Amino acid sequence: MSNGNTNVGIVIVSHSPDVARGAADMVRQMVGGGIPLAWTGGNPDGGLGTSVEGILQAIDAAWSEAGVAILVDLGGAETNSEMAIEMLPEPRRGRVVICDAPVVEGAVMAATEAWGGSDLQTVRRTAEELGERPE
Amino acid sequence: MQAEGTVLLLHAAGLHARPAVTLTKTAKTFRAKVQVAADPAGPWIDAKSVVRVMGMKTPARTLLHLRAEGDDAQAAVDALVRLVNDDFQGGPE
Repeated sequence: MSNGNTNVGIVIVSHSPDVARGAADMVRQMVGGGIPLAWTGGNPDGGLGTSVEGILQAIDAAWSEAGVAILVDLGGAETNSEMAIEMLPEPRRGRVVICDAPVVEGAVMAATEAWGGSDLQTVRRTAEELGERPE
Repeated sequence: MQAEGTVLLLHAAGLHARPAVTLTKTAKTFRAKVQVAADPAGPWIDAKSVVRVMGMKTPARTLLHLRAEGDDAQAAVDALVRLVNDDFQGGPE
């Protein structure tokens, strides 16, 4: 599937669908529509959780030939994201990364970097730079 | 080619999240290397780095210093001065 966008896509994964949707809203309002963006959160019963299937669908929805950067909140969001990446077909598997960054702030930073056309590694580095303290 | 400019930041909340994103996005639309500083003595911050621009934590009523280097340096400085003067309205979509 393609949404015709050549910028890196952003996927937001939270245990809470409200957090994931809210973070995606912040990205849309602050950065705009120039990047593929998808979110997933909650388990199929409507409770808190994440699912490999939901993450795979979000990756598909935000897919870009430039790759996809995933922002996660806690434990299971990360392990399920890793599992989702492992389940991707080979040409896509190497083009999806998980960012070690806070989910909301990291999503806005990564999206801003992606908006300008930066490659996947630069997008990830920008999100992860958040935790560092540049003087 | 080099260009420089200054503009007074009047946005009430200073250069906080949303203005920082808009400023970064605008800078990214130019090929020139663009830097911003709250003090001409530095530190000069890469205006295309949203993390660093936000990290400046620039309060309102700061005189922002801009400098750019590259073939579209003047256009980049002009666009950023206009953006700050227009209270960050009219940035790139």
